[in-house]
Amino acid sequence: MLQGWIQIALTLLIVLIVTPILGGYMARVFFGERTYFDRVLIPVERMIYRLSGVRSQIEMTGWQYIRAVLISNLVMAVFVFTIFMFQGVLPLNPTGLGAPTWDTALHTAISFVTNTNQQHYSGEVTFSYFSQGLALGFLFFTSAATGIAVAIAFIRGLTGRTLGNFYTDLVRSITRILLPISIVGAIALVALGVPETLADPVLVPTLENPTVQQAICPCPLPILKSSKNWAKTVGGFFGINSAHPFENPNGLTNLIQIVAMISIPSALIYTYGIFANNRKQAWLIYGMVFGIYLVFIGVAAIAEYQGNPAVNVLLGSQQPNLEGKEVRFGWSQSVLYAVTTTGTMCGAVNSMHDSFMPLSGAVMLANMFLQIIWGGQGTGTAYLFAYLILAVFVTGLMVGRTPEFLGRKIEKREVVLTSLLILLVHPIFILIPSAITLAFPDQLSGISNPGFHGLSQVIYEYASAAANNGSGFEGMGDATLWWNLSTSISLLAGRYIPITALILLAEGMSRKPVVPVTAGTLRTDTGLFTGVTAGVILIMGALTFFPVLALGRSRKPFKLPEESNL
Amino acid sequence: MSFAREASRAVRSTLVLWVLTAIIYPLAMIAFGQLVFPFQANGSIIQNAQGEAVGSILIGQPFTSDRYFNSRPSTTNYSTANPQEDEAGVLKTGVSGASNLAPSNPALLDRIQGKSDPDPEKAIEGDLPRLQQAGVKPTHDLIYTSGSSLDPHISLAGAAAQIDRIAKARGIQPNQLGGLIRQNTDGRFLGIFGEPGVNVLKLNLALDALNPVP
Amino acid sequence: MLTDDISRYPEFMQTPQGSNSLSSSSHTGASRRHTPKASMGGLYQRAIREAFVKLNPRTEVKNPVMFIVWVGTIVTFLVTLDPNLFGTVQADPAQQRLLNGLITFILFFTLVFANFAEAVAEGRGKAQADALRSTRSDTIARKLLPNGSTQEISSTELRRGDQVKVVAGDMIPADGEVVKGVASVDESAITGESAPVLKQPGTDIMSSVTGGTRILSDELIINVTSDPGQGFIDRMIALVEGAERSKTPNEIALTVLLTVLTLVFLIVVATVSPLANYVQAPTTIAILISLLVALIPTTIGGLLSAIGIAGMDRVAQFNVIATSGRAVEACGDINTLVLDKTGTITLGNRLADQFIPVNGHTVEEVAQIALAASVFDETPEGKSIVILAEKNRASVNFKTADATGVEFTARTRMSGTDLPNGKEVRKGAVDAVKGFVRSRGGVVSTQLDEAYERVSRLGGTPLAVCQDSEIYGVIYLKDIVKAGLRERFDQLRRMGVKTIMLTGDNQITASVIAREAGVDDFIAEATPEDKIDVIRREQSEGKLVAMTGDGTNDAPALAQANVGVAMNSGTQAAKEAANMVDLDSDPTKLIDLVTIGKQLLITRGALTTFSIANDIAKYFAIIPTILQQQGLVPSISCSLKVLDRQSFQR
Repeated sequence: MLQGWIQIALTLLIVLIVTPILGGYMARVFFGERTYFDRVLIPVERMIYRLSGVRSQIEMTGWQYIRAVLISNLVMAVFVFTIFMFQGVLPLNPTGLGAPTWDTALHTAISFVTNTNQQHYSGEVTFSYFSQGLALGFLFFTSAATGIAVAIAFIRGLTGRTLGNFYTDLVRSITRILLPISIVGAIALVALGVPETLADPVLVPTLENPTVQQAICPCPLPILKSSKNWAKTVGGFFGINSAHPFENPNGLTNLIQIVAMISIPSALIYTYGIFANNRKQAWLIYGMVFGIYLVFIGVAAIAEYQGNPAVNVLLGSQQPNLEGKEVRFGWSQSVLYAVTTTGTMCGAVNSMHDSFMPLSGAVMLANMFLQIIWGGQGTGTAYLFAYLILAVFVTGLMVGRTPEFLGRKIEKREVVLTSLLILLVHPIFILIPSAITLAFPDQLSGISNPGFHGLSQVIYEYASAAANNGSGFEGMGDATLWWNLSTSISLLAGRYIPITALILLAEGMSRKPVVPVTAGTLRTDTGLFTGVTAGVILIMGALTFFPVLALGRSRKPFKLPEESNL
Repeated sequence: MSFAREASRAVRSTLVLWVLTAIIYPLAMIAFGQLVFPFQANGSIIQNAQGEAVGSILIGQPFTSDRYFNSRPSTTNYSTANPQEDEAGVLKTGVSGASNLAPSNPALLDRIQGKSDPDPEKAIEGDLPRLQQAGVKPTHDLIYTSGSSLDPHISLAGAAAQIDRIAKARGIQPNQLGGLIRQNTDGRFLGIFGEPGVNVLKLNLALDALNPVP
Repeated sequence: MLTDDISRYPEFMQTPQGSNSLSSSSHTGASRRHTPKASMGGLYQRAIREAFVKLNPRTEVKNPVMFIVWVGTIVTFLVTLDPNLFGTVQADPAQQRLLNGLITFILFFTLVFANFAEAVAEGRGKAQADALRSTRSDTIARKLLPNGSTQEISSTELRRGDQVKVVAGDMIPADGEVVKGVASVDESAITGESAPVLKQPGTDIMSSVTGGTRILSDELIINVTSDPGQGFIDRMIALVEGAERSKTPNEIALTVLLTVLTLVFLIVVATVSPLANYVQAPTTIAILISLLVALIPTTIGGLLSAIGIAGMDRVAQFNVIATSGRAVEACGDINTLVLDKTGTITLGNRLADQFIPVNGHTVEEVAQIALAASVFDETPEGKSIVILAEKNRASVNFKTADATGVEFTARTRMSGTDLPNGKEVRKGAVDAVKGFVRSRGGVVSTQLDEAYERVSRLGGTPLAVCQDSEIYGVIYLKDIVKAGLRERFDQLRRMGVKTIMLTGDNQITASVIAREAGVDDFIAEATPEDKIDVIRREQSEGKLVAMTGDGTNDAPALAQANVGVAMNSGTQAAKEAANMVDLDSDPTKLIDLVTIGKQLLITRGALTTFSIANDIAKYFAIIPTILQQQGLVPSISCSLKVLDRQSFQR
């Protein structure tokens, strides 16, 4: 037990140490200041700009920025969709896979371009090396870079600067942040045993019964892997992704992956602190998120450590729930990975979320509903500040002034955008499709677990889509037309409505006159206000998923197998 | 700015970034892996004295007999199949996958406890009765399936619980087995991160070396 | 009721008392009464009637939150009539009908009560408007024709630019400027101030008259400045009736948030049904509607407009007319107050504070001479000199009847007394007295200059005192800062409001007063143009500025300021440029207005936070209950039993 907690504590300590280093580096990158790789990267970037016809110094207005995001993402999705549909005739297809169904291809393209990486297929039997490596691998980078670019534009606007140029930020995110980290990560992972080859699967006779053969598929993993986590993706080559011993062979690779998932979203908060010239506020917000994160880890860890009571009875002693978990990770690393991946919208899993205890499942759902327990690459940080703005508005009037954030008044436009962002997207794109699906369970749902857990599976799937998370309660038969199309809508809405709202919000804020700070200003960099924000986040975030919790999750602990014949 | 120019910029930057991130970067990494870490880069395949591949140290294999340390139950039987009867095409690509059974799912308890049914097709043997029959005190790793279905490890307790059975089946001293288990245990990273696990394939290979199959 | 709640916030408890103590400098507490009040007796009756009239869907739809309750009431009413309207219900129909009927009744009561609250708030305004309207009854006006004769016409026929003649006892027919005559006017109808006010042409402040006030003596020729229906009282009526009440920016933003929250709850409740059906715990439509109504923020939704009206009402209670609710709220956001020194920060008059003897005289001697020079001086300064001299044991030692007073003139800049014994005592500006002494053959010592400088440095006004050719000393006239102002400024500073004092005084005097009053900044030797400059400068830093003014030359600055408060005694131009008019003409009230604005925002904020927190608390309390009530409870208790059994086994 204690050993497990020490692992968690030390991992988090590493994250804490990485934050100011990476956060400071990202601030320098996006301020356009000198960085270590200038000599190599400036000519490379110039060439990229010239080839793509981007004039990197031109500032974009809010709508220009939004159009650039939408058009570039559309082009990428169409490009990748085309590759999928033609994978049968493209090279690097040793197992001779044909084109997937159009809806699976569409869902996969949308899922990866929105940085969600939700999978309704199993990698080994659906997509060729070409589709996985050259199409999905590409989106790992660009979708994460899009998120970071939007976050930086948002932070710029919030702190009164112009938004910048989307293409410049996109390219810089890739060349200066994602690629360098991915290269280091790939080298580390391959050294630790993650295969890196284009060879065919190896067949070996098994030791116990040589008539039975084992297929070992050492496919090109780390290239995807390191970009995968840093670039916030799931996917990977195997349906199971990071539980697979080839993807995540030992404690160190697991540690690298966890730090990789969390480092950019957490460091962006620090980057904000530098932009706003208020590191105190950055650390307070950081502390708040860290606190919620710790509580979530604690809850899930205890639930998993205590194990499944029904099984413990059979075992005759209390043992951790190891269903869907690997021995080399045990309960603590599995829980840490699960809470981190759902919180950071990464979606990689090193253990099966479907088989987690109900309380842990509730934590994972909460992570996706809140979207800020570090949050997605970039967008999570932006969400965090949208919550802050909402908290300022809800409580700010009480000091007897029109609420203001960073000296800018929160008025109708800001309230419309933040409440749309935080309050409306989730109910519309999670609850409504879930309700439709559950109204026709036989025709639509493909639920694999009975009773309330089946309900959770459906909600989890749409929550994962709308929050651009990508993990799933994978037992569900979701490779159907209905699931592919309905989750595609949630994916698109969960990605592009918030991005549009964030950019408009940032632009509106940057144009407002700054009201000087006086003794009567509601200070947002105090412990009290941060506490209030935490309350607002938990309550507002809970609005959508509470009925589900009440119906399904909260009742599951009481729902023992012997009586659940629903 | 015209839409055509915006679109052309989007298309051109997509292609440029594609070449950079999907071609240059992965090829460089594959080349690096093959040159610097060829063993790991090709799947950590281990060979026997005759130079034949016997498995990967990272991938578990199914072991259910009394003569071997049993591995964890697997939903895909460790990506194995009889080449003559491989209708599902397991051996073409290799598979992985988990049970995805919720703790509340009755199927989970059925799988663990076993379920008798007049129809032998529907009857489930159950991991727990199987272990109890073999005189092994059940541990959680031996009754729960893993996330990948390829878990190469079992817990130290799970290995220790099997010592008596194997010693009886092979007619060797239990204390010899204890030493083997220690030798084939993968520890935590820096003694901190991860959980120690006994590599079943390596352990059973060592077991065969110590006590060859008659 | 709402406004009473506001005063419970301790920080702002000082306000009502504080304002009284400040106002009492110009008004005695007893003489002050609020805007004319109609009897509130019929108020509630009318409000109850209004509460039902407002059930009209066209009225309800303006408030999305309450409209949802309205729709819910209709639906539950329908299922009361026929419980199986929306699908068959398993429960006993009679029982179901009773439940639905109860829910309908509760929802209906919710609607009526919200309407009632709004109607009460509006009703107070209406009652005030009625009282005002009674003063506006048509009067007969004597219109001056170009040939000099007068024509009697109805006041409603008067147009801007007409000239009318009013004589003692007449009601002034319309707003206007006095062009001829001097008269006293009773303005109690609008100010509540019973003492009559002197009106005469020329001076900005005293020449403006308001329609509906009564002339008490003499007669006036008035140039009409407003068309019928657009006069001051008409605008006031419109305002208190809420006819021009537009939503303030904060109110709009809040409405958006509440609408979004309502929408969220609507989606949540609408989707609960299929989810609950899936787990075989179906709910009825009446239960879902009552769940929805319990969840949506009805508390604040129903009260939002009432709060706004109450805010206007509260300002009206302070005898200030605001042109919009927006202006009242803007008061809460004010960063900078620009205040005139005279009349706002200091009492209008300087008072004698000290005698400074020169040339070897004693204080008593100076007091004696100063007293002699001031016996005929009826100005406040003169009276204060008499009081100070008597404190210094001086007494009048000559027959005042035999003495002659010498009036102050702008040319001599001195006043004094020619005593019966032929001696001339004088007091006045130091230069003037020096001249007087020299003309009588006296000499001026350097001691006088030293005393002069000393007084100036202290921010006072020095008056020299002499008898014939002998200078006795200097009277230190001091600007008196109004009592309690320093504390108010401190309070404002804590609220983040900066105060800037404007004065025509020189730098030294201004700095002394500024320090004494505790203002943050001052502009000395200020001209009216400086006023607008300082406002622009502050605004360019993103600050919101409030100021008071009364003269026509204040009008641009009043228009430029975010909150401009015109004095009722001021000119029409000033009143039109301002967005508030203070009927008491008390410039200090600006400070109260800032507090009221803050109170309004605080009330709204506190109610919002409370309401949202409350609704969300309900959410977490009700949803599990409803779901359990729908037949899920047994399974929970059963499960608990199973758990118990298990723990025993363990």
